[in-house]
Amino acid sequence: MSDMEDLYQEIILDHNKRPRNFRLLEHPTHHAEGNNPMCGDEIEVYARVEDGRLAELSFQGQGCAISRASASLLTEQLTGKTVEEAHAAVADVLDLMRDADRTVDFMNDGEIAALTGVRKFPARIKCATLAWHALEAALNGEEAISTEG
Amino acid sequence: MSLSSKAPFDPATVRDDFPILSQSINGHPLAYLDNAASTQKPRVVIETMNRFYAEAYSNIHRGVHALSQQATELYDGSREVIAQFFGTNDSREIVFVRGTTEGINLIAQSFVRPQAGAGSCVLLTEMEHHANIVPWQILREQVGLDLAICPVSDEGDVDLSEWKRLLVEKKPLLASFVHVSNALGTINPAKEMIAAARKAGVPVLLDAAQSTPHFPINVAELDPDFLVMSGHKLFGPTGIGVLYGKYGHLSVMPPYQGGGDMIQKVTFEKTRFKAPPERFEAGTPHIAGAIGLAAAVRYLQSLDREAALDHENRLRAAAEEGLGGISGLRLIGRARHRASVVPFILENAHPHDIGTFLDQKGIAIRSGHHCAQPLMRRLGLPGTARASFTFYNTMEEVERLVDEVTRIERFFR
Repeated sequence: MSDMEDLYQEIILDHNKRPRNFRLLEHPTHHAEGNNPMCGDEIEVYARVEDGRLAELSFQGQGCAISRASASLLTEQLTGKTVEEAHAAVADVLDLMRDADRTVDFMNDGEIAALTGVRKFPARIKCATLAWHALEAALNGEEAISTEG
Repeated sequence: MSLSSKAPFDPATVRDDFPILSQSINGHPLAYLDNAASTQKPRVVIETMNRFYAEAYSNIHRGVHALSQQATELYDGSREVIAQFFGTNDSREIVFVRGTTEGINLIAQSFVRPQAGAGSCVLLTEMEHHANIVPWQILREQVGLDLAICPVSDEGDVDLSEWKRLLVEKKPLLASFVHVSNALGTINPAKEMIAAARKAGVPVLLDAAQSTPHFPINVAELDPDFLVMSGHKLFGPTGIGVLYGKYGHLSVMPPYQGGGDMIQKVTFEKTRFKAPPERFEAGTPHIAGAIGLAAAVRYLQSLDREAALDHENRLRAAAEEGLGGISGLRLIGRARHRASVVPFILENAHPHDIGTFLDQKGIAIRSGHHCAQPLMRRLGLPGTARASFTFYNTMEEVERLVDEVTRIERFFR
């Protein structure tokens, strides 16, 4: 598979065209905005935490196919997880996107592994990790993060 | 129509003057369509600078030795060349700065700040580049200056009647506007806008960063009080640019940066400053940069610029027609008069994705807000994809762009 096809494989195109949980949450307990000024991605991540679990996740905003797909996959993958599991998942995904030597394993890594193609396009790593940074910020009670400064 | 002894303009041969253009990117011949961001350099500019460093380099102005005198002559000679290029006989009106951005900061601090206070304002437009917004915001923080903003239509034209009204109503200390918008391609009616300001007694700063590459700029004809431009956008090196200022203004302005070379006499108690332009050139300048910029100017003057502009306009028209025919594509910026800058968006693909796909085929464009976030917000866009052409681009490159964007649209549909 060519590098480009890797990067924009079916999973990503699907999640870009039909993003899951692309809506406002009625009563979010946590919320943060992620900004990638370099390319104009703006993602807002909403979470409703109940009994230590991410009962509901959603996102809004505009951005490139990579950032939208990543946010969509995030909401699918982390809904129902505990807050601790979510923190661990964020750290793991950030590592997965950056570490070119780490082997990709769809079974363990989940559909988000579809985004590991960004490793060959360093300018796009920030797109893939934006929503995850935003969720981390939200869970830590911060309002906004930016990939620049 | 000038009686030109220049050779007829040939896009194919002029391309050979630019060594960087003959390479391949990702297995495809480079199509460099990002000229609004920065332009490539002709061999003569590169060689002039290299030769300077190899044969004639020294610090200027203070040495009695041969190299220093040679370097000084080359530097001062560059200032003369550039003064002529902009249509002034007085080379004291040419200040070398790092670029447009530094030039605007200089005017903000040295011309406007001494007069500014709460209640005073500067007049800008909605389509300004951040370089012509942020320095004024910094001034606002420092002294409480207001920003008055002239609106822009959906097509990307400045509202001229509003411009005239704001000049009179707001009585700004300075009207500062962009000649050609890097984000939209709009060519503003600079002569008319400057005349209106002059009539209202308002001094004008013209941001010519994006206009000087396309057509000749004559300060005697346009009559701005100040003009700023960047060398790297004019086929010259980075780190050098020009602030033009009427001598009457410059001579009464306090310095911008203090240091060596801008002083007559220094004691710890008191220091006497030099006259312009040296007053505004503290420290050792980018000597090679100034020389390189003069070489770029001389190169441009060796071309039939009218024919080059015709060629650019033909490329623009072809790109607009080709891209405009793609369903789901919207051309942004449809001002009455446009430079060869073609911004567009696709319904189903983000500019960043468009740029990545094009890069894979060796086509370089720019995606994003183009340092004009307020304008993007005004147009309701997160950003655009922007192809920008200059005289060394070809019809073939336009066709490649249109073909690939067509494929991209289909892929994301």
